[in-house]
This record gives sequence, structure tokens and C-alpha cells, in this order.
Amino acid sequence: MASVPSKLYSDDVSLVMVLLDTNPFFWTTSSLPFSQFLAQVLAFLNSMLLLNQLNQVVVIATGYNSCDYIYDSSSAPNHSSEDARLPALYSNLLQKLEEFMIRDEKLGKEEPRGKLASSLLSGSLSMALCYIQRVFRSGPLHPQPRILCLQGSPDGPEQYVAVMNAIFSAQRSMVPIDSCYVGAHNSAFLQQASYITGGVYVKPQHLDGLFQYLVTVFATDLHSRSFLQLPRPAGVDFRASCFCHKMTIDMGYICSVCLSIFCKHHKKCSTCGSVFGQAQSDNTSASDRKRKAPET
Amino acid sequence: MASGQVTKRVKYKTSVKDPGTPGRLLLTMEKLAFRPNNPNSASKLDMEFIYVKNHKYTKEGSNKAPMLNLTSNQGASYIFEFENYSDLQVCKEFVGKALSKPGETPKPADTSQSLSEQPSTEELLLRMNLLRENSELQKLHKRFVRDGVLTDTEFWAARKKLLNGDSGNKSKQRVGLKTVMLSDSKPLIDGRTNKVTFNLTPEIVREIFAEKPAVHQAYLNMVPNKMTDKDFWTKYCRAEYLHHSRNAHAAAAEAAEDEELALFLKPDDILASETRRKIRCVDPTLDMEADQGDDYTHLPDHGIARDGSKEITESQNEPYIRTLLHDLNRHGAVVLEGTAIDEEQLKDTQTVAEALIQSKKGNKIANEEADGNANEEKLNRISKMMEIEDLRGSNDLPLAPLSIKDPRDYFDSQQACALKTSRDAPTGTEALNCSLSAQEAYGSLRDSISQIKVVGLNDPIVTPEVAMKVRSVLTHNITSTKYHLGKNPRESVLDGFPNKIKEDLLHHWMAVEELLRHFWSSYPITTAYLYAKVNRLKDEMSKIDSQLQEMKESVQSDLRNQLTLLIRPMQQALEAAMQHYDADLQKRLAKSGERPNGYV
Repeated sequence: MASVPSKLYSDDVSLVMVLLDTNPFFWTTSSLPFSQFLAQVLAFLNSMLLLNQLNQVVVIATGYNSCDYIYDSSSAPNHSSEDARLPALYSNLLQKLEEFMIRDEKLGKEEPRGKLASSLLSGSLSMALCYIQRVFRSGPLHPQPRILCLQGSPDGPEQYVAVMNAIFSAQRSMVPIDSCYVGAHNSAFLQQASYITGGVYVKPQHLDGLFQYLVTVFATDLHSRSFLQLPRPAGVDFRASCFCHKMTIDMGYICSVCLSIFCKHHKKCSTCGSVFGQAQSDNTSASDRKRKAPET
Repeated sequence: MASGQVTKRVKYKTSVKDPGTPGRLLLTMEKLAFRPNNPNSASKLDMEFIYVKNHKYTKEGSNKAPMLNLTSNQGASYIFEFENYSDLQVCKEFVGKALSKPGETPKPADTSQSLSEQPSTEELLLRMNLLRENSELQKLHKRFVRDGVLTDTEFWAARKKLLNGDSGNKSKQRVGLKTVMLSDSKPLIDGRTNKVTFNLTPEIVREIFAEKPAVHQAYLNMVPNKMTDKDFWTKYCRAEYLHHSRNAHAAAAEAAEDEELALFLKPDDILASETRRKIRCVDPTLDMEADQGDDYTHLPDHGIARDGSKEITESQNEPYIRTLLHDLNRHGAVVLEGTAIDEEQLKDTQTVAEALIQSKKGNKIANEEADGNANEEKLNRISKMMEIEDLRGSNDLPLAPLSIKDPRDYFDSQQACALKTSRDAPTGTEALNCSLSAQEAYGSLRDSISQIKVVGLNDPIVTPEVAMKVRSVLTHNITSTKYHLGKNPRESVLDGFPNKIKEDLLHHWMAVEELLRHFWSSYPITTAYLYAKVNRLKDEMSKIDSQLQEMKESVQSDLRNQLTLLIRPMQQALEAAMQHYDADLQKRLAKSGERPNGYV
């Protein structure tokens, strides 16, 4: 960033934070091979950089156990390191991605059981937002940031609060979250994220044409977007996860004080400690003491 | 016994404790008759159903004897005790049916109709007006009442509020006093002579009396014993004129000469005492400084003919000078108090004076009573406000203190939770979707990465055919959502339909709502009347259902999707009602299975 003060930023310069789902458990079950997915995404990243000389692309890997930055076009060396078979972007990114995968594997001690494991969307969203905050603070001239989630893993209801917090902070800083979901079912998290932040949610029907989807829908900068008709979701899954069992529910109980969500009736709110229901008379002393006791 | 008549052995009682007269109860559609077994008994009874206002019966299963209680519109009750519950059941159904037969029983206008009373002519007029004003209501009324789906009474029973609300609006609002001050109506001075003309109307007189009790008192004392009406007012006007001229010296001089005139110029004793009483009533805890900011006298053009700042008070003639503030306050008080005198009483001064004194008397009594209460209340309030905190016990309000925790606690617990669930879950090989171990999964992913590294990217990343397909899918998707859902979210889907369909749709909605309201309010079905009503409603609902289906099929394919979306909730609501109906019917059939199927 420090090397570009002389550049003239206009409204069509983009900073695209790409969150790449690298959950190995998803990709081994996906109908779209990871290599093909990666190839199409790499081509898309390259075309982003070609669209505008000042465009910046940052790629964050959303792993199963961790998240990390694996590519930043503003700091990447511009020459190809080993062989000239691949452009610098590709080889750098692939190198970093490979290293990340090894690290991520080492972090994981347990095998995922039962249903398909989710990736750490909340973590990578937070990292993307942190990066964007740094860009905002870098000076009055900065590219227009947006986040693009390339996600395939199912939602992790246990991340609900963290993801929602990330979504609302993105909304507050006017950062749209675009999402392209390549998994089997729609993702409620990403639908809500795009809906709330004014981004675009797309679930491609033809996965072999992913590149075409990416270029058609997500390549344009935010300024040009206002002149375009982009796909609009037919409906958004607004379901929330309960705070007690981390289950996705469509009807539940809400604490009238702190708005925590529960799937069944509780005597008191586990978040703020408000006492619900008829236990008004005898709650004064007894519940006070109980509240001090550690939970979980 | 097909709806013709029913005869049952009963005991006729006039009260519950009465042992009863054994005999036979004869029911026909129009009337009921009781024939005692003993022909000499006096308790013979003939009554037409139109005089029956209400009917009650003992519930099966309770320990009481099976009894039917009919209440006539004169308030008398007739109790029949049956031999068993099935007899009661039969008669109950029959009575219910007979009572619910509105149109068929010839009835004079002043007798009761079906279950409720015949509406008064006033109410009928009101209904007519409502129908005339509200075309939607009229449509509904026409559709349901004329076709016999609902009776008129039922239709309006659901709209009692509408009727009440309207009549409430019509109650006459009392006109308050004008806020214009008397002093604003200046005396007319004609330029040539020295004559000054005051125009006094009964209205003005009322205001003078109300604002100046002393004048009122003087009038009652002097007129017509001491002086005539005209003399009194001349004097009064003279005094007023002196005030206007702001000539305190002249006023003082005149007052010295004429004691009656002095009355008008002196400060009003009655008023003063009343003011003192009011001051006593002022809440001592009131923060008088709080409204200091409300001062708006600095605003120009405030509509007062007198300028208070120019009225210099001379201590010597003080009693003869009324400040603008006094006048304003007094006037404000009178206006706020309102008037108890009707417009009709504003004929001449005499009547006004008398009417005012009447109303004041009433006020005074009320005031004194209120004062007693107010005093106590005031004392209570003072003691509450003057609370000395050190001397009081802790204020134990039943409030649970709010304890918002450190959010970190929450996230920590969340993590712990996640960990726990992951540990609790059975670790094993039964992976459902994911057949590979972590190692294999990571391995395959790394393989695909190195594969790209070795092979590079495919030359055309996307084949032209696939790209074309994607593009057409996307554009089609976009255009269809654009044209069908509209760019503007506020733009209603309804507007996309032709007018005819739109109107039909709205009308159907209203009809469905009306029917469902009646339908659900009929449950649980306790009388045969409700049973018949529900049946009628059900038939009508199925009719609407099929109409909706027809409508759906009649529109062009491009609109059908949207129309289906709009119609679906209606159909779902209707379906739910139908299902309830069927379930209820099943239950009733099962219950009445063992009973002879002779009635209904």
C-alpha cells in the first residue's frame, strides 16, 4: 500500500477479499474436483487484476482447523520463482496454499465424525474484515473493498453468533459480502450475509462453468454494479441457530432483554441471566446466588 | 319424526327445586306445548318459539338430571326434566333448530328473531349507512347474506365494533368557550359625539359573569330590585370604560362617588378567595422553575389588544388597577373550565345569570368533595417526596438486577460447548458423507494442488458451450426476476395483474376472511344451530376454493406463477378449516354412533 500514493484511485478500483473454502472433507465429496475449482478461481483472480491496474486481490484460505492469508497481490513478488510454466500469481498462491494445507492438517487432531464438517467461515470473514479495516485506515485514498466467499462446506451452526457478528460489522463498514456457494444445499449464512450487506448470492447450477459465473456476476466493481442487473435471490433463509444447542431452528424463544435465541424454554437466559416466566416472587435472593455459579 | 314434531315424556318445573308435574312435551317447529298427565293439573303450557329467548340444558355426564331450561323474552323460565339424556339430546337439537329458523317463522317486527333481538330501527339505519358507505362491506353482505350463507344477525354480530364506533362518533361534542378575550372587543366610539357604545350579547354577558363573579353577584343582588337591567349594564360599561382609558385617578374619583360603580372597579373578593383556594391546591412538590423555558410572550404579534408593559402601576391607586396578567389568567381559567350553560339558555341576561348560579352550585359541592380527597392525596404525596432516605428501610422493589456478562464468557462457553459436543460424539469410523480419513482428505487435496502445478490450467478454462449456457441461465434468471417481481420492492405483485383479476383476488380474500372468521368462531359446536351454520360455511368455502382453482387456471402462464403464490395462503387457510371440519365430524360421528340415528 505504501508504494502507491501516486496512484489515482477512482471509484472503480476494487479490493476483493476472496475467501477460499479449503475444507478437505468437503472437497472429497464434492462433484466439482478441487483442482478444477482452483483452476477456475485462479483464472478469475487473474482477470480481476487485469480489469484494473489498481485492483487488489487478497485470498484467504478458509480451512477446517484454521484460516490464513495465502495471497496478497499488493505484496506478492511479481516474478515467477521456479518454472515459467505458470504465472507468478498462480505459483505463489499454490505454494502458499500447499503450505497452509500442511499446517492445517497438523492442527487437526480429530477426525470429523458423522455429518460433513463445516469450515471456519467466521474466522476467515473476521480476517477479511480486519484487513479491510487496515485498508480503511491507510489513508483517504483506498480501493473499494468487498468480500467474495467461495464456499462449499455446509454452515456450522456453532459459528452462528460469530458469523452474524462478522456480517453486521461488514454491514456497518459498508462492505458487501458476495457469495458463490458451490455446495449441495443453499447456505443460510451466506444468504443472510449477502442480503444484509447488499452483496450478491449465487449458487451456480453448472459447476463446470464456474468461471463464467464468477466473471459475469462478481467481477464488476461496486460503482458499476449500480448500473447492472445482477441476480437477485428468490428468497433468503433467515433461520437462526439457538444459543443453547447450536441447532438451526425456525421457531424458538428469544430473551426479551438481550435477544439471545433458544430452542426451548429456559428458566433464565444463559447470556444475560434474566429470569423468565412466573418465578417472579422467589427469584430475588436464590437466583442471584445461582447466577454467580459457573455455567456450562 | 322427520322435522315434524317431537313428543317426549317430561316433568315440567317452574324452578329447579320444584318436584315437577309429569306429562308430555310436544315440540313442533313453531311452538312447544306441555300436556300434564293429570288433565286437572293447572300447569298446562303453550308457547311459541319466537318468544323463547334462550335455552340451556344440563350436560351429559354431570350428576344432574337431564333438564332443558327455556327462558322466554319476559324472563320467565320453563324447566323440563327428561327421563334420560338421549331424550334431552333429541329435544335439544330440535329446539336449537326451531330457534335458529329465522326466515320461516312469520314474525312481527317487534318480537325476537332467532337467537338475538331484532335490531332497533336506529341500528338498521346505521347498518344501511355503513353498507352504503363501504362498498366492500356491501359486496360481502350481498354475497353471504343474500345467498343464505350467513344470517343478517351473524353478519353484523361480527361487526359490533363498527356499529358501536360509529354511534360513538355521532354523540354531540359540547362546544367550548371562545378563547378570544373580552377586552379584545373594543367599545365602539363614534367620532362626532362623545358617545361610547358597548355591544352586549348574552354570550358576552355569560363571559363577564363567569370571569367576574363579583359582577355576577352584584347583578343578582341589584337587578331587578334596585335598578333595571339597563342601568346595571350602563354602570358596568362605564366602569369598564374607565379601565380602558387607564385613568386610575378618574376611576378612583368615580368610585368614591358611586358605591355601586366601585363594586366593579374594586378587586373581586369572590375571585380572590377562589384564587386562594386554588393556590392551596397547588401541589407543593411542583417544580415551578421547570416551565420557565416555556415563556413565549417575547414572540411578536401575540394577539393581545393590551400591552401589559405599558401599564404602570401606581401604588396609591392599586386596588383599581387590574393587571393584564390577572385578566389573562382569569380568562384562561374560565375557558378551560368550560361552560355548563347550553346555547338555548343564552337568551337574556336574567336567565344567563340564573343558569350560571345553578351550575356553580353544583360545582361547588363537587369541588368541596374533591378538595377533601385532594388534601389527603397531597399530604401523601408530600410525605413521599420528602422521604428521608437514611430513615427508611431499603426500597425492596421486585426487580431482578440485570447482569450482562462479559461477552468473553459467552464465547469461551461456546467454545467449550463445541469441544464438548465434539468429544461426546462417538468417535469411530461411521462417517456418513465423508468416507475418507483426515489424512486421505488432506492428501487428495494436496494432490490436486500439485496436479495444477504440474499440468497447468486447461487451455480453455470454460468451454464456449458451457459459458453460453451459464450466460443464458443467468440472464434468464435476472430478466425473469426483474419483470416479475419488479425493481421496486414496494411495487405490489398485485399491480401486475389485470384489473379484473386483481379485484377478484381482493374480493376473494375478503370473503375468505369473513367465512373463516365465522367458521372458527362456531367451534366448538354446541348447538344444532351452529352445526347448520358450519355446514353452510363449509359449502361456501369449498365453492370459493373451486373458484380460486378456476381463476388460477384461467390466467396466462406467465402470471400463473405469481397468482399461485398469492392464492396459496388462501387455499391453505381454507384447507385447514376443512380439515378441522372433517376431523370434528369424525369425532361427532364416533360419539353419536351408539345413539339411534333418528334425529337431525
